[in-house]
Amino acid sequence: MIVADRKSLSEIQDMVKNCRKILLVGCKGCVTVCNVGGLKEVQILAATLRIAAKMADRPLIVEETVLERQCDPEYVAILKPVVDNYDAVVSMACGVGPQFLAEAYPSQRFFPAVNTTFFGGAVAHGIWEERCAGCGTCVIHHFDGMCPVARCSKSLLNGPCGGSDHGKCEISKNINCIWDMIVRKKVELGRLDDLLNIIPAKNWQTARDGGPRQSRREELIQNG
Amino acid sequence: MDDLKSGSNLEKVLKAGHFALTGECGPPKGANIAHLKEKFAHLKGMVDAVNLTDNQTAVVRLSSWAASAVMVQEGLEPNFQMVCRDRNRLAIQSDILGVYALGVRNMLCLSGDHQKFGNHPAAKNVYDIDSMQLISLVKKMRDEGKFMNDDAIDVPPRLFVGAAANPFAEPFDFRVYRMAKKIAAGADFIQTQCIYNMDRFRTFMKQAVDMGLTEKCHILAGVTPMKTVGMANYMSKSVPGMEVPESLIKRLKGAEKGKVAEEGIKFCLEQIEEFKTMKGIAGVHLMAIEWEHRVPEIAERAGLLPRPVIA
Amino acid sequence: MSDVFEPTIIAFCCKYCAYAAADLAGSMRLSYPPNIKISQVPCTGRVDIVHLLKAIEDGTDGVYVAGCMEGDCHFVSGNLKARKRVEYVKKTLTELGIEPERVEMFNLSSAMGPRFAEIAIDMTDRIRKLGPSPVRRQPAAEAATE
Repeated sequence: MIVADRKSLSEIQDMVKNCRKILLVGCKGCVTVCNVGGLKEVQILAATLRIAAKMADRPLIVEETVLERQCDPEYVAILKPVVDNYDAVVSMACGVGPQFLAEAYPSQRFFPAVNTTFFGGAVAHGIWEERCAGCGTCVIHHFDGMCPVARCSKSLLNGPCGGSDHGKCEISKNINCIWDMIVRKKVELGRLDDLLNIIPAKNWQTARDGGPRQSRREELIQNG
Repeated sequence: MDDLKSGSNLEKVLKAGHFALTGECGPPKGANIAHLKEKFAHLKGMVDAVNLTDNQTAVVRLSSWAASAVMVQEGLEPNFQMVCRDRNRLAIQSDILGVYALGVRNMLCLSGDHQKFGNHPAAKNVYDIDSMQLISLVKKMRDEGKFMNDDAIDVPPRLFVGAAANPFAEPFDFRVYRMAKKIAAGADFIQTQCIYNMDRFRTFMKQAVDMGLTEKCHILAGVTPMKTVGMANYMSKSVPGMEVPESLIKRLKGAEKGKVAEEGIKFCLEQIEEFKTMKGIAGVHLMAIEWEHRVPEIAERAGLLPRPVIA
Repeated sequence: MSDVFEPTIIAFCCKYCAYAAADLAGSMRLSYPPNIKISQVPCTGRVDIVHLLKAIEDGTDGVYVAGCMEGDCHFVSGNLKARKRVEYVKKTLTELGIEPERVEMFNLSSAMGPRFAEIAIDMTDRIRKLGPSPVRRQPAAEAATE
């Protein structure tokens, strides 16, 4: 899923400081799964903002809603009847959400309540880790199901670099050295020799380096 | 001499079968060329080539290529270091051509410490290619006269290609393989991380010899003399991939007050003495960073002076 | 109208321990302040961050969650989850400039009637000293009570 972290309270308060009535919109997609922008989190943030407003003796109405997803126009359209009733709308979806909303409703202001970070999964309840860098050319099968592009701090294809410490990346004890894991797996499989093949330089064109990407499925596109 | 790949002094010394000695110098955190030239002066004639680090530990310093160019002007031979952290393949190839045009003939290919360690942690990560691919690239440019995209190079850079090896990094089983891979990629010479655990290093070298690596590549053993007990403790605990045996720390602690550095140098000299006859070792890489003024003394006491001068 | 501030405190009590202890306190005729409004939950794990924040938002001066002893939760770990949520709310209150001591987590067994009363007395005392919740300042509401 796409993982995000909520922006600090002060940052969000600063965004809406001149507003008297706002709408918080959550998303039932990724941000619900990683407990940062679903209905519950919308309720928590709404209550927090209202408490802050009361303490400052500042009138602030915070209404709450959640969409199935904010990355599909059909769901974004659901807000149409109400979107103009607010001074601003705060989206708790990943970076895609507020942009889709902004495009659909150009006369309204949209703020992002979360900082979108990475593609990852839950390794334990409450802990998510990055697994994919969206490089556009998946080669995890060359590394027994592990991706060094996303999980090596230096994205080495011919690692390890030698800086790891007890299996942890040199830059942080919270990061497992993926090359340590790759080598150990190869040793286990008796295929250490695989790693003697030099993997050539990556073509980064399919990654974000090649420019913003589009995925077109001709068989699905409907023309008039 | 025919069939020299680069014609560099280091290459000639190694090819002639002499025991090589290389040094190292960190460029200044500024454009203080005067101080840099002072450091060079200590090393002139004392070593076969001098490594110039490239934003080492991700701390911004005068670029390695510029310092190398200054060194060429001063009449010493640089070993230009390039890390993959800061440049993409365009800048890399461009800089390789640049340094060659400025008279540089040796190049060490490294991954580079992540910028998180340094003084500009907010910088964007490059790592377009890794050190293995960089070694292959320089070899391709030199031997095939082609850029990475196969375009022809108008006067290819003829550089003596080096790589680093760390016999003590994890996972240990893989370290010789990694060095083998770098040699297969095109490394002409290897400089190892500084060694303190001689037992472990002997095992590593035996493996390297058994794999036939030492016939294909010149391996220089890295040494750094310990100046203080604090330095030994720091390196033991805080530098990943560094192994400092307890026996060495005890030896330094046991030295008379004010004589710890001398003890450190003695250990270093003992190591060099062993390396001279160790199978597969072609020389020593002496990393006496910020201690360049002691290099002449160490070289002298190690019996490594005068350095060979080859036409 | 009395000049002494009488706090309003909500206590989320789990059915199996805290609420049972409250019942026992009653049977034992133990006194505890009427400021405590008890809300029974099947398990303190049912209490969410939103519930605690809503209480504060509505002007409650203090709120606590009382569950089974750690390790003895009737539903295994509901009380551990509740504790984490109370910690989160304390942090949020701090960010908002509200005293984190207004929210608390307590653990007791169903046999601890006196402990239930003690918690109620201590918490009322604590909140009384802290004064009315800063959120309570509702000019319109105050005018209504004059």
